[in-house]
Amino acid sequence: MNFPKELKYSRTHEWVRFLEDGTAYIGITDYAQDQLGDLVFVNLPSAGDTLRAGESFADVESVKAVSDVNAPVSGTVKEVNEALADAPEKMNEAPYDAWFVLAEDVTDTDGLMTAEEYEAFIAEEG
Amino acid sequence: MELKRTPLYEAHLRCGGKMVEFGGFEMPVQYKAGVIREHMAVRTACGLFDVSHMGEVILRGTDAVKSLNHLLTNDYTVMEDGQARYSPMCNEEGGTVDDLIVYRQGENRYFVVVNASNREKDVAWIKAHVCGETEVEDVSDEYGQIALQGPLAERILRKLTAEGNIPRKNYTALWDRSVGGVNCIVSRTGYTGSDGFELYTPAGDTEKLWDLLLEAGAEDGLIPCGLGARDTLRLEAGMPLYGHELSDTISPLTAGLGFFVKMGKEDFIGKAAMEAAGTPAQCRVGLKAVGRGIMREHQDVYAGGRLIGHTTSGTHCPYIGYPAAMAIIDRECGAVGTAVQVDVRGRMVDAEVVKLPFYRK
Repeated sequence: MNFPKELKYSRTHEWVRFLEDGTAYIGITDYAQDQLGDLVFVNLPSAGDTLRAGESFADVESVKAVSDVNAPVSGTVKEVNEALADAPEKMNEAPYDAWFVLAEDVTDTDGLMTAEEYEAFIAEEG
Repeated sequence: MELKRTPLYEAHLRCGGKMVEFGGFEMPVQYKAGVIREHMAVRTACGLFDVSHMGEVILRGTDAVKSLNHLLTNDYTVMEDGQARYSPMCNEEGGTVDDLIVYRQGENRYFVVVNASNREKDVAWIKAHVCGETEVEDVSDEYGQIALQGPLAERILRKLTAEGNIPRKNYTALWDRSVGGVNCIVSRTGYTGSDGFELYTPAGDTEKLWDLLLEAGAEDGLIPCGLGARDTLRLEAGMPLYGHELSDTISPLTAGLGFFVKMGKEDFIGKAAMEAAGTPAQCRVGLKAVGRGIMREHQDVYAGGRLIGHTTSGTHCPYIGYPAAMAIIDRECGAVGTAVQVDVRGRMVDAEVVKLPFYRK
């Protein structure tokens, strides 16, 4: 399983890619997609929606079940990856390219983990 | 309650099965390939399922046929050895105790296959309602059962057994046949909507048969498939699942199984209630999502703003490639082409009533 060093990770298995301008891409981790199985649907928020760290902002569906995706940080949705809705399998194939939203005004980043910390966390949880 | 294991438990772990609870058993929900690839294997090549959790009951005695005709809604009067026949089993109110398959093994001897989660309830019900000279024996623990399903199933089976051991017609079975040296009942049946076989074998030989089949089928793309794919396949094929489209309070007539309810038969449990009730107010339909969203079970269905029923099963169906559901709705809204809305966790998803099954081979 792959956990890029340049990303930050949440306890609910989302990744955050911070850009230099302070905005951040958000998606689900390789571990999450593996646990969820083949994903066939994603329900995305809209631009302008508020993100609250630890609260659901999207949901993904496998053939078996629906799962909430939590916001790993607080902020505002600046941009939504509409293309993901047409190709939900990208979450399985390339989870770190399959971003859900680009967030701005990002806060509540204290709980995030580094790749090493996240790997240790899932080893314990698994 | 402690979970039971089938004779293939170790084999599932070896194959990378993700184990979950189902019907009191620890069963694989999927293997490494995942539900979609497992589903597609059954539609385009072949898949192997452990269905050892199903229950097997033998009915024998000079009144066995009489008992079956009293217990079940289908008619068992005329049947040849090796023939298999599906039937609902009803309660006095016309609700459904279970749905099952009866094989005629020989004169006055029938082999009945019931759902895992209903096994104990069924055995008690059957014992309480057989008539005259009928002996009932639960032999579930003596048998393992493997389903080999898909267009290449016959070709794979042929590598392990003689042509004469392969039943030609659907819904027929051959007793006491050797498949790779393992004694089997070879039945041309299944729960996927694709061609295939169900092999009943002594519990102790099940793992050997599983390994032989996987090896023989590897070059044809045979992979092990879990309960996840079993459910998406049966849904695509429009087949009812007990606890979803059928239950103690859902009549087989509501579930659209009238073909298997022989009202012309002298008498059977539930007949009087069904006659008194007349045409049920609701019916089972297939729904195809037109809007975006995946319908699941227990979701409300509306037409013109009015609540008309609820979904009983639903998912994204991999082979047909769209989200589909089965629902029990008011009969007057059941015509093919009717536009409905399904409340998918607070969001209304447009759907239309379509003909079942969604997939036909």
